[in-house]
Amino acid sequence: MSLKKYQELALGGNIERGGTAAEFKTGDWRSLKPVYQAENCIHCLFCWAYCPDSAVHVTDGKMAGFDLDHCKGCGICAHECPGKKGAKAIVMEPEVK
Amino acid sequence: MMAGITKIDMAKTGNEAMAYAMKQINPDVVAAYPITPATEIVQIFAQYVADGEVDTEYVPVESEHSAMSACIGSSAAGARTMTGTSSQGLALMYEMCYIAAGLRLPIVMSDVNRALSAPINIHCDHSDTMGMRDAGWIHIFSENPQEAYDNMLQAVRIAEHEKVRLPVLVTTDGFIISHGMERVATLPDDEVTKFIGPFQPGTKLLDVARPITVGALNFTDFYFEHRRALVDAQAAAVPVIKAVGREFGQKYGTAYDCIEPYQLADAEYAIVALGSTCGTAKVVIDQLRATGVKAGMLKVRVFRPFPASEIAAALRGKKAVAVLDRSDVLGGFGGPVFTEVRSALYQQAGAPVLADYIYGLGGREIDMEMIGSVFAQLQDGTAKPDSVQYLGVRD
Repeated sequence: MSLKKYQELALGGNIERGGTAAEFKTGDWRSLKPVYQAENCIHCLFCWAYCPDSAVHVTDGKMAGFDLDHCKGCGICAHECPGKKGAKAIVMEPEVK
Repeated sequence: MMAGITKIDMAKTGNEAMAYAMKQINPDVVAAYPITPATEIVQIFAQYVADGEVDTEYVPVESEHSAMSACIGSSAAGARTMTGTSSQGLALMYEMCYIAAGLRLPIVMSDVNRALSAPINIHCDHSDTMGMRDAGWIHIFSENPQEAYDNMLQAVRIAEHEKVRLPVLVTTDGFIISHGMERVATLPDDEVTKFIGPFQPGTKLLDVARPITVGALNFTDFYFEHRRALVDAQAAAVPVIKAVGREFGQKYGTAYDCIEPYQLADAEYAIVALGSTCGTAKVVIDQLRATGVKAGMLKVRVFRPFPASEIAAALRGKKAVAVLDRSDVLGGFGGPVFTEVRSALYQQAGAPVLADYIYGLGGREIDMEMIGSVFAQLQDGTAKPDSVQYLGVRD
């Protein structure tokens, strides 16, 4: 990809449109990743509410997996997950084994 | 002067002149914190606000760091923004001053030049603004209250010019100008309004129809390019400063430029100086001229962007030149003006002997006799090339 020359940049380094944070991948230094266990999910969406980023996908009001380009692996979702009958719907696994 | 414009003479100190200019500019926002000897500027302006004479939103902040922070937010929102400070207050702003320039926000700030601690001192030298000479701001020095007034009006035009969009610092010498009362020829309010024109912000955070991000993080792939763009903005300011100064002269009778030569064209011996000292030096030069000495002066009005090529051209052919620096670069090679002037002259064949005189720190008096002694040393050869001397210190 060829990057813009200095003469082509917006004034003062401004970003001249909204919603660009999604384009900046911030999940590449994660050491733990959340793994979704669908059979244990009650779709309470605690994971979505507690995620400090916006790394939980929700479709039609139901948990639909993770955005691993932005998840930092903090594990809050797994901690808050009530699961079903004592079994978590989110478990944290190491990225490197 | 253009027909139909009648200037109004007023007796004003430098601080009063700058506050009056701010009143006529009628900025959208002023955020400021008081500090000697600049307190009066924002104090008088606050009175204008309280009396309903301006439309300005005045933000009384808890520190200068907050003042500049508020100015940055205000300017980025799209409001015409001004502030004022001095010395330690400016030093407390330094961090935010770099950000104001990097974000290309056309804030106009008055600074009353005052020494930096320690020892604590409230009087004039140029250490405070020289401390932010690499911050990306335009620096305009004033010789007297009249110039302080005129410079404030021009600063708005320069800062907001679409090819510049940089913050501008207008300075006066602490107490010497700030508290010295002189006749100041002012313009009618409506003429100032016409001269500065409506504000056309380049950055408008509050334009909800066009959302933007200001102050985004730059990594190794973009920071360098954004800093490089600042270099071009400084360069682009030179023709704008000249054009605005020329227009001011055509309309109101006194033209301004980046430098002001005084008896310099045929001078053999010259000094380079900034601020109020130039007024004293003009009298000395007149006296020397009367005795047949070809003395002259190069007044540096605009220190940033530094007019290097103009200064080199103006000093070409002089026998000896003394730079008068009202601040020092501790551990460096001479004062800030000297190092820049010497750099500007370096490639010039037959460049004049150049000596540096650090003077007036902490408000130490600079009188006609002292400036005369500098000219005497230039003539008798005791001003050695590249020497750095301390004028008026007990040793």
